[in-house]
Amino acid sequence: MTGGRWFTAVLVASLGVAMVFLTMPLVAIFVDAGPGELISSLDDPGALAALRLSLETTAIALALILVIGTPAAWLLATRSFPGRSLAITLVELPLVVPPAVAGIGLLAAVGPGGLLGDAVASAGLELVFQTTGVVVALTFVASPFYIRQAQAAFGALEPSLMEASRTLGAGEARTFARIAVPNALPGLLAGAALAWGRALGEFGATLVFAGSLGGVTQTAPLAIYERLAGDFTAALALSAVLVAASAAILLGVKLASGVRVLGDARA
Amino acid sequence: MIRVAALLAALAFPAAPLGGCADSDGGEGGEPRLTVSAAQSLQDAFEDYGPRFDGATARFTFAGSDQLAAQIRQGVRPDVYAAASTELPRRLFREGLVEEPVEFAHNRLVIAVPADSAIDGVADLGREGTDLAVGAATVPVGAYTLELLGRLTAIRRRAILANVRSKEPDVSGVVGKLTQGAADAGLLYATDVEGVGGRLRTIELPERLRPEVAYAAAVVEGAKEPEAARAFIDGLLSGPGRAALQRAGFVSPR
Repeated sequence: MTGGRWFTAVLVASLGVAMVFLTMPLVAIFVDAGPGELISSLDDPGALAALRLSLETTAIALALILVIGTPAAWLLATRSFPGRSLAITLVELPLVVPPAVAGIGLLAAVGPGGLLGDAVASAGLELVFQTTGVVVALTFVASPFYIRQAQAAFGALEPSLMEASRTLGAGEARTFARIAVPNALPGLLAGAALAWGRALGEFGATLVFAGSLGGVTQTAPLAIYERLAGDFTAALALSAVLVAASAAILLGVKLASGVRVLGDARA
Repeated sequence: MIRVAALLAALAFPAAPLGGCADSDGGEGGEPRLTVSAAQSLQDAFEDYGPRFDGATARFTFAGSDQLAAQIRQGVRPDVYAAASTELPRRLFREGLVEEPVEFAHNRLVIAVPADSAIDGVADLGREGTDLAVGAATVPVGAYTLELLGRLTAIRRRAILANVRSKEPDVSGVVGKLTQGAADAGLLYATDVEGVGGRLRTIELPERLRPEVAYAAAVVEGAKEPEAARAFIDGLLSGPGRAALQRAGFVSPR
């Protein structure tokens, strides 16, 4: 028993260090400027426009990610096919690609001078310098967070559930919609929250691919960066709003689906 | 406020300039290490100067001059601050954060367009369907752009502002949008256009519209290597730094 005590101490100390390190910068944002200062510097039409744009673009990006990502994750989780491992790796690739590189890649692929530039233009789509471009950048960087988590959540479902559904005569589509999605919901929600959080914080890909213009492409993180130079308090205020919004969505998801949300999905 | 700021600064500095940075680290033993925060537009000239400066091993951080000034206000202490404006270092000097700044180079604000562009002058910038990328108002290149626009008629100014599609945090953002064909024209320094080779073309602004673009550097108060910092700035005025600046297309002050 005493042999284990030092190990417990190591574990507790490690968690303590991690907690302090991870929470300190977020706490500092709220401590550095008083709440009054924070609220008054939010009284800035530019800041509100950036927040509104962030909410809109992340909502659209998340909708796209859910609609495409859920069936894609189901396929990856339930079927074995040649190239499956490759497909999984490719889907995960944007997780490790630096955001600015993602932006350059998007420019090279669907920018005006890119590989598919002419196709995009002839389809009447304008992406660079447009809000649509922001949505594309957010979707690119955030979707792997959802697909990965959704695949894990589907993979962790009881096989007997699916068998029972099939035995009762339900086709795969029906089993997917009626059994798999509802039962995997906590994991799917956790994935959606991660993707949403990633999209909300997106900076590099958006700046490189879509640019930065108030009301059109300047999302909250870009507005924060612009204010950093001129008005540090305003930058802090916007940061505080993002921290609060991110914390709220994380908490909301945890409450909605029980405390073991993230643990379940990892299983 | 101070404590938190210092903490943020300490966390931020190694990776701070989000918009394009290049840290070069010679690391020759024995030589003092000089940390230089410099305007993005100085990158080519300073990376040329760095190895030729023998007072210390110079380590550079390039970003928008305004972002670098904000870092210094938040407690970051490089040895040298070199900005694409005289106003930003002068303001830090008044706040007691840097020593008296020295003007060391001049540059020209120009219209930059892709090499094959049909754009030919200021008048074309306001034409409908012309997408412009400019610097944000806080970064010097953006401030100079606003100065230029202020010298135009209100109608022309409004037409050009309506064509602005992106306000980039530093010159490399504008260069990137132009070389990628995303923007039709941008306002940059003459040296930026030279820096990317033949892909971009310069259109000179008429003398009466051209804002005065001057660069100033200062030793940061509390610098770890104040002697080497002074030597570095001296070299910009007369020495290998001046030569490197001229090679990159900067004009030395008389």
